[in-house]
Amino acid sequence: MSERRSALADRRAREFEAFVTGAAGRLLHAATLLTAETPDANPRAQRLLTAALAQTYVEWDRLRGEDPYNRTRQELATRFARVSWRRQRTDGGVLAQLTPQERLVVVLRLYEQVAEEQTAALMGLPVERVRTVCRRSVAALCATRRSRPSGGPLRTAGGGPAQGSSEPGP
Amino acid sequence: MTRPSRMEIEVRRMLETRPAPIPAGLSLRAAARGARLLRRRRVVRGSGWLLLVALVLVFTVWMAVAQPWDMPPAKTTPPVDDW
Repeated sequence: MSERRSALADRRAREFEAFVTGAAGRLLHAATLLTAETPDANPRAQRLLTAALAQTYVEWDRLRGEDPYNRTRQELATRFARVSWRRQRTDGGVLAQLTPQERLVVVLRLYEQVAEEQTAALMGLPVERVRTVCRRSVAALCATRRSRPSGGPLRTAGGGPAQGSSEPGP
Repeated sequence: MTRPSRMEIEVRRMLETRPAPIPAGLSLRAAARGARLLRRRRVVRGSGWLLLVALVLVFTVWMAVAQPWDMPPAKTTPPVDDW
């Protein structure tokens, strides 16, 4: 019994390590975008990812063909949604000007390219709302980028979404 | 699926920045934490089963001793002996 269990644990550890080696780069990037930290100082993103990966490890034997990457991303998103509502302060990063919810939508929709319906289901929002938030955030990011083409530290005065969300040009 | 707009493509490019370096031992730390969670879950499940078995055992013994399906002797009507 315990021999079988330890063999199973060995296999799980090996498979898990291979998975992390392959997926950690992209997942950590996503986590760093979510927490709006810089790539070199991202302790919160690292904590978030470690916790999500630990949960994937727990469920490893019961994944039954489900993609562990998707599972970890989902865990990352729900964990971020759970802890981020009481934290508004950001330390930089590309998405620092957005609220946590807007960052989550942008990262899932545009960085991870998760379908609108899946994003909505994951966040517990109507699809329409996801579409609206995404469009608004994209407009805000583009507006900031245009007004500050050097790509320096992004920080809007109000911190809220940009007002001018009209599509530019024809 | 609608075609991504020009602004969406621009934002996608913005998101593909320099990746963060992977911290050393990330996999090991996550695995250790996961293993701890698994162990804790196993202990909780084990003690749950133990509790259930103990309850069933106590109930069975009580049934055997008390035999609650036996009707208690009637106390309201005095026995009639002399017809």
